[in-house]
Amino acid sequence: MSAISDFEALSVESATVHVQPSAWARVRRNTSVRIGGTVMLLLVLLSLAAPWLGTVDPSLFDPASRDLVPGETGEITTLEGDQLEHRFLMGSDSFGRDIYSRVIYGTQVSLIVGLFTALVALAFGITLGLLAGFLRWLDGPLMRVMDGVMAIPAILIALALVAMWRGSLTTVVIAIAIPEIPRVVRLVRSLVLTIREEPYVEAAISLGTPTWKIMLRHILPNTVAPLVVQGTFICAAGILTEAALSFLGVGLPPDIPTWGNVMAEGRGQFNQYPHNIFFPGIFLAVTVLAVNMLGDGLRDTLDPKMAKRG
Amino acid sequence: MLNFLVKRLLSTLPVLLIVSILVFLMLRLTPGDPAAVLAGDAASIDQIAQIRTNLGLDKSIPEQFFIWAGHLLRGDLGQSYYYKTEVTTLIGQRLEPTVSLAVVTITMAVLIAVPLGVLAAWRFGGWLDKALMGFSVLGFSVPVFVSAYILIWLVSLKLGWLPVQGYKRIADGIGPWAYHLALPAITLSMIYIALIARVTRASVLETLGEDYIRTARAKGLPEVTVLMRHALANAAVPIATVIGIGIALLIGGVVVTESVYAIPGLGRLTVDAVLARDFPTIQGVILLFSFVYVLVNLLVDLSYVFFDPRIRY
Repeated sequence: MSAISDFEALSVESATVHVQPSAWARVRRNTSVRIGGTVMLLLVLLSLAAPWLGTVDPSLFDPASRDLVPGETGEITTLEGDQLEHRFLMGSDSFGRDIYSRVIYGTQVSLIVGLFTALVALAFGITLGLLAGFLRWLDGPLMRVMDGVMAIPAILIALALVAMWRGSLTTVVIAIAIPEIPRVVRLVRSLVLTIREEPYVEAAISLGTPTWKIMLRHILPNTVAPLVVQGTFICAAGILTEAALSFLGVGLPPDIPTWGNVMAEGRGQFNQYPHNIFFPGIFLAVTVLAVNMLGDGLRDTLDPKMAKRG
Repeated sequence: MLNFLVKRLLSTLPVLLIVSILVFLMLRLTPGDPAAVLAGDAASIDQIAQIRTNLGLDKSIPEQFFIWAGHLLRGDLGQSYYYKTEVTTLIGQRLEPTVSLAVVTITMAVLIAVPLGVLAAWRFGGWLDKALMGFSVLGFSVPVFVSAYILIWLVSLKLGWLPVQGYKRIADGIGPWAYHLALPAITLSMIYIALIARVTRASVLETLGEDYIRTARAKGLPEVTVLMRHALANAAVPIATVIGIGIALLIGGVVVTESVYAIPGLGRLTVDAVLARDFPTIQGVILLFSFVYVLVNLLVDLSYVFFDPRIRY
């Protein structure tokens, strides 16, 4: 009796104390994680503090302040009809809207789209991946469907779905998330197939633990690290695809301030006013770069097996 | 070998079938009535019903799929709602610019990326290696339309070397064709170069650690021969694979690039069709792009035999 409880105490201790702190410490020491994480933190703060950063309501416009160059001062009419003196830090577009305000508020939209694309893709991917890994009869058919989805280039799926549903925040996020699902399903399925051969899962099965409990208690915790890495890359892809769709004029409705929409409006006048495209473009590139660096760093530290393959 | 060829060809059929079903379902489960869209606002209920019967929309979904797939096998993609012509005719008209752009981009990317990757691996940790890794991270993060506008601003507007946008057919002469295609191809090749160079570097780096490289050097072969004939030749399979997988990225890039540079190709057609909610055209273009993607990757699989004689199917 005492021998068994000693053994239990030992095994619990070695499982929790050794692995976790060193992984976290490695993540914090990684240069890519530090740079990417810092930039992401700044962007999150920027998007939260948007109303207090000298911005105006991004939908406000004033015909008298059309096509201003960066730094010029003009007037802008509030919804109540008051005329405000406003300095257009990044100039104004052809409607007389403040590009600085639209770009800063656009940060909110991009981060939300990136985050929710990753969450939706992971939620569906984890569920389907667990099912494929555990239910033999579902595995074949489901994975063939996933192969089919992967054979269609991602942006085409998003384009077709957006054409069907018309753009709103929810539909755009789902349309961008769907082509990302197969990769998550494959990852989760392969993890399930490896982990279920582990002795502790066999032990759980022989003790009569129900399948759903094995999935949640034993399999899922082991998939966290690779899924965090995958989720980060999906977040970057989501931000990029949303911007591309909006830029093409088929994404979020034009009244929502997004970087893609600001760039789409700047296209016609690019010759005279290139900054209409450059300012949102720089924000977009820096954001995607930061998320990708975060992902690279997390992959190198959390998921060494995957890092070698890349 | 022949046995394998047949097996591999057959194995792509289920994927193509599933792609067809997905594309069919994706757009047939659209909210709204295609017959009403086609008939226009002024149509009477009888006219709409007539069109619905003509299109076979009154039949069940599986029946509709088999009719649609039957047409597909005979090369009939249906009528465009918006352009009022055959989708195949539309695709035929838009094929040349897209094929030109894709072929020039892939050729350019491979010719630049593979030597860069080899050199970076050869001088592992050197300045070229670091610059290349930095460029590849940038290449994945700067969207095609942002790099496109930076290049237009610099090369076309400031320096005046290349046209801002437009396309000239090959029939109008190779010179004007290349002149108009240069900037879009450079733009599009950046992400592809990043991808291929990165994999070439990793793959060559691995083979450079092999014993036969040391043997080749020890018997006094020139370094170029060691790198090209021994290192690169043995690193070819992953490089071929990533070129195939990268086609998906390339297709996404084509859609955006053609819009920025006003090139009347399939990518532009896709966006126009989406804006007009022209579902038969959207279906046709997606099917075409996906089939090309699957077939290119089939060819890549078959090329392994050529690159690696150890692989015998």
